[in-house]
Amino acid sequence: MYVAVKGGEAAIEAAHNLLAHERRGDPALPEITAAQIREQLSLAVNRVMCEGSLYDPDLAALAIKQARGDLIEAIFLARAYRTTLPRFGYAEPADTGAMHIRRRISATYKDLPGGQVLGPTFDYTHRLLDPALAEAGSAPTPERAAAAESEASPHVTALLNHEGLIESNRPHDPAAPVCDVTRGALAFPAGRDLRLQALARGDEGFLLALGYSTQRGYGRTHPFAGEIRMGEVEISFVPEELGFEVPLGEVRLTECEMVNQFAGSADAPPQFTRGYGLVFGHSERKAMSMALVDRALRTAEFGEEVVAPAQDAEFVLSHADNVQATGFVEHLKLPHYVDFQAELALLRQLRAEWEADRAAPPARHAEAAE
Amino acid sequence: MTATPIYNFAYLDEQTKRMIRRAILKAIAIPGYQVPFASREMPMPYGWGTGGVQVTASVLGPDDVLKVIDQGADDTTNAVSIRKFFEKTAGVATTTRTREATVIQTRHRIPEEPLGESQILVYQVPIPEPLRFLEPRETETRQMHALEDYGLMHVKLYEDIARHGHIATTYAYPIKVEGRYVMDPSPIPKFDNPKMDMSPALQLFGAGREQRIYALPPYTQVISLDFEDHPFERTKFDKPCGLCGATGVYLDEVVTDDRGGRLFVCSDTDYCEERRGGQA
Repeated sequence: MYVAVKGGEAAIEAAHNLLAHERRGDPALPEITAAQIREQLSLAVNRVMCEGSLYDPDLAALAIKQARGDLIEAIFLARAYRTTLPRFGYAEPADTGAMHIRRRISATYKDLPGGQVLGPTFDYTHRLLDPALAEAGSAPTPERAAAAESEASPHVTALLNHEGLIESNRPHDPAAPVCDVTRGALAFPAGRDLRLQALARGDEGFLLALGYSTQRGYGRTHPFAGEIRMGEVEISFVPEELGFEVPLGEVRLTECEMVNQFAGSADAPPQFTRGYGLVFGHSERKAMSMALVDRALRTAEFGEEVVAPAQDAEFVLSHADNVQATGFVEHLKLPHYVDFQAELALLRQLRAEWEADRAAPPARHAEAAE
Repeated sequence: MTATPIYNFAYLDEQTKRMIRRAILKAIAIPGYQVPFASREMPMPYGWGTGGVQVTASVLGPDDVLKVIDQGADDTTNAVSIRKFFEKTAGVATTTRTREATVIQTRHRIPEEPLGESQILVYQVPIPEPLRFLEPRETETRQMHALEDYGLMHVKLYEDIARHGHIATTYAYPIKVEGRYVMDPSPIPKFDNPKMDMSPALQLFGAGREQRIYALPPYTQVISLDFEDHPFERTKFDKPCGLCGATGVYLDEVVTDDRGGRLFVCSDTDYCEERRGGQA
């Protein structure tokens, strides 16, 4: 007996109740708080802030809780909230050279002004599960460097640039318009400003795979991690009515400058080229992947041939956004029975014609082949 | 910081609506042309009607009466979800009756009942580019539209005929608008294509993820692509609706048992219910 797809409304409500119930888990255990997530799952919070394009650790933590730890779902929640916020202007360019450094490493120089600062890193840990963490305990107190020890840490690429060994960044032109990927449709060819914005909010896993592919020969760029730095950078804003800079606060950033193999031409001597990555929070994997892909996307700029997926801006930028990607992949769950019906009818017709054709005398085949 | 968010009428802020209305006006001025717009993240996923929702939010006024259908039905889960969204954020009246609605948002169908001049039909569009599966690059397809270079599409349709004896496209069947732009009608069954031609209603198409809006103004000529010797044919059903007995409507096939039992019923639930109500 035919039962209409009635009761959609009641089903949705019941499903949402069940979802909330599942999210809570065993009620005998204490409920996790957004503040705990913010403090103890801070790298997840960083990823949500970065790909959600919203620097707000409290909201990101709330989103992670609400999303039951599904980070793409949490990123989606952050984005959907962010898009409703009024836009009152654009901050001044952040000066990462003036970063309060918590971690800073270079793979190209053993020592350099400002020094190598390991900071909080998984690097050199042995990945052995720590049973002690299964129980509540106290964390060790970190040693602190004396204030006098901190010195200026110029960018490694700036040191290279003294000799002209690396291409110069284009000087900052305050009059030049900067794209805003959140306020315009993605258009091609995409300038580097648009590309970097799209990469900064692009999916970490997607960029990781693309960056990796360039290392394995699909658009090789011979990269060196010139520098990775992480720490707090002050953000300031010039309100129109005041006409001078007002600090808005600090954001934690991770910056990666890749030094890549040479370009040169009849007019310019050989030079290292740059790939750049900058992300909210602490995420070296994302910043490094971004820098690799940024350099790969500059292929045409250096007169090289675009042959690999990571070099193809339309391919990379159109598919890097995980909120778009997950939506479209998962929309296949929606009913498609109208179109499926149309395909069923055609397939039945084609099969009937095929059967009839096979049963027909061979003369017809010869005719049909003409 | 985490104060209860208060949203504008129909969710979107007025500046965003203005931006979308500009895109809609441009789309109406150039029928069938895909206008890029700065699509916003919506509180439902991309691919679930965000383009249609943004268009609806931008054209909706407090006096409008909204109908939302998916697969022709008002009670499919996503239609319910979108209708509730506008009930909540715009407080507008909603209906399931086609003739009572001033704005109808749809996914995959055009209602069976003819639409009138006072109505707007808003389509949810997944892939707005009719040439996308022939040429994946946007840079190329935009140029093809600019040059009115639709040879590739005709070759595709010809190859269908050479292989299958028919044009093997049953939904999202490409159309030509006012003799100029080839347009994707959204994944409606080709059965519905003729309803687009010279429709008195304004037809708007929103593709959120792909950031495109396009339109068919009222009384626009819409022709389904075909060849003289292989004219466009509307899907025909050899049975009437198993519930209301309607013929010449689009039917859903419902599996009734595991022994091959099938029931064919109207895909347009409002049309079917109204006919059955009339009989009673």
